[in-house]
Amino acid sequence: MKKQAVRFDDTGLTCLIELLRGEGYEVIGPRKSGPAVRLARIESAADLTPGIDSETSPGRYRMAGAPDARIFGAGPAAESPKRYLHAPEARLAVAERENGAFRIIRDTPAAPKTALFGIRPCDVAGIARLDRVLLRDRYKDPDYEARREQTFIVAANCVRSSETCFCASMETGPRAASGFDIALTESVNGRREYLAEAGSTKGAAMLAQIKAEPAAADFVKASHAQCEAASAQQTRSVDYRRARKVILRNFEHRRWDAVGKRCLACGNCTMSCPTCFCVNTKDSSSPDLSHAERRRLWDSCFTQAFSYIHGGSVRTSTKSRYRQWLSHKLAHWQDQFGETGCVGCGRCITWCPAGIDITEEFAALDSSSQS
Amino acid sequence: MSSNGYKPKVAVFKFASCDGCQLSLLDCEDELLAVAAAIEICYFPEATRKVVKGPYDIALVEGSVTTHHDAQRIQQVRRSAKTLITIGACATAGGVQALRNWQDSAEMVRTVYAKPDFISTLKMSTPIAEHVPVDFELRGCPVQKYHLIELITATLIGRKPNIPAYSVCMECKRNGNLCIAVAQGEPCLGPVTQAGCGALCPAFNRGCYGCFGPMESANAEALTGVMLRNGSTKDEIQRNFRTYNAWAWQFRQASEEVEKR
Repeated sequence: MKKQAVRFDDTGLTCLIELLRGEGYEVIGPRKSGPAVRLARIESAADLTPGIDSETSPGRYRMAGAPDARIFGAGPAAESPKRYLHAPEARLAVAERENGAFRIIRDTPAAPKTALFGIRPCDVAGIARLDRVLLRDRYKDPDYEARREQTFIVAANCVRSSETCFCASMETGPRAASGFDIALTESVNGRREYLAEAGSTKGAAMLAQIKAEPAAADFVKASHAQCEAASAQQTRSVDYRRARKVILRNFEHRRWDAVGKRCLACGNCTMSCPTCFCVNTKDSSSPDLSHAERRRLWDSCFTQAFSYIHGGSVRTSTKSRYRQWLSHKLAHWQDQFGETGCVGCGRCITWCPAGIDITEEFAALDSSSQS
Repeated sequence: MSSNGYKPKVAVFKFASCDGCQLSLLDCEDELLAVAAAIEICYFPEATRKVVKGPYDIALVEGSVTTHHDAQRIQQVRRSAKTLITIGACATAGGVQALRNWQDSAEMVRTVYAKPDFISTLKMSTPIAEHVPVDFELRGCPVQKYHLIELITATLIGRKPNIPAYSVCMECKRNGNLCIAVAQGEPCLGPVTQAGCGALCPAFNRGCYGCFGPMESANAEALTGVMLRNGSTKDEIQRNFRTYNAWAWQFRQASEEVEKR
């Protein structure tokens, strides 16, 4: 594939959305919805919300006015795009009683054509992590696979960082390196302009249909420099290369007790995480026992039933559940899948009602292992 | 129904309650006929005048114990039933009437009733499980009708009912609601409340009232800290914990501890 980079303004952006819709994609992008910027259906470029920023801190999210009229200035949307690929709830199979026997009917995965538009590099990386787990492991997830094949990804590189962002240290952003069909980098020089780079043949074919001039080297350089500035804004970090060692060495650290007291075990971190993939299956039957269903639901390692094996739960304390989550995310994920499970989007920090900060918890373990 | 045509005998008993939970059974509509066909309803005054004597396979018990008479009656109910299931916040936690447990009930009776002598009541409103062993507690104010159907179906075929004990937040996030505690600083009991309602209130931009009572390993103390940081007063927090499940120990403890902060 020829590396393709073009430059266009809002007209080009409008055209891109129209092209995607013309090809039958439902476009899902960041838009103001209530008191947050959320991923939602986009009918046209007019649905995108310029001039909005988001202020995030542990356990807190507020929308705020932005210093400029950027469309993609607000940082990661309130939720990750996970739900569009790995559905929160899905029916897997139905059983009907027929003439004294059961007939099993498997549901064909529903796969709407979806364009994830303007998602952040951390979320693009999150999708790559899910791909590794749900497509390239011993067992493929047919529902995920069907949805993934129908997905078009337009990444929006970050030119500002939110307070809870730490993608730079996880090497997933603020500029997406791969995993997208098209990556946009927005500039404001009196008017909004976009550097659009193709990341796939599908993306290149789409860009070829937009009236745009090729991006000159200095425009590419200036656009990318904004991402570097965003990277420099980040105050949080995790040294993911050392994480495995640090965590395994500190399995009985006092810090786990302290965080176990603060943790609500509510599961918000895992639900908000773009890479947490755990599910539970739920069987049900009708009162007359003629019909039974198996459904799959997002689960969380923070529930008691999650670690239930014969006779009881293995992780009865909240401390042990938090330790399981953090050590899987930063350490055991590496053993399992050869990469880290965290992409540095910061949602587990922002959307934790108790404001527990994964970077702070890790730093506490790290500092004592150094001393 | 078993293969020999035997229909399990089910009785519905009421103690101190508003009847809303047993009405959830009648509210099953589409599934009501299937449920009714699978069981023999032996005692259910809200639905029928027919009375079939026990013993019963399943007793559904609604309401809390608030009188001497009821404290004795629940013993009879237990003796008459193979499986005793309590339904709703009154039966499982004492209900909203357990607010009296922090008051002088004799004084309240004198204030409210013209002839207090006619009133015979206990000082406390207590859940059924404080009086007799309970086989399953179905939460909610009121209970969720699909839980009720699941519980009856599971009990009839002898499997464990599929009723989660985790937080409301799990349902809230699955449903795609925006967290109003984080995005607006609103007090919300979701992180300590058991799922079951489908995260109804947060979907309408209102914090969770805790209708389903404390979830498994509820950390109400930590949530108190969160609500204080978000600007709720101690008095507001106490009132948040003291509603339908006020006497459930995790909520009770949190509502008492907040005063000392």
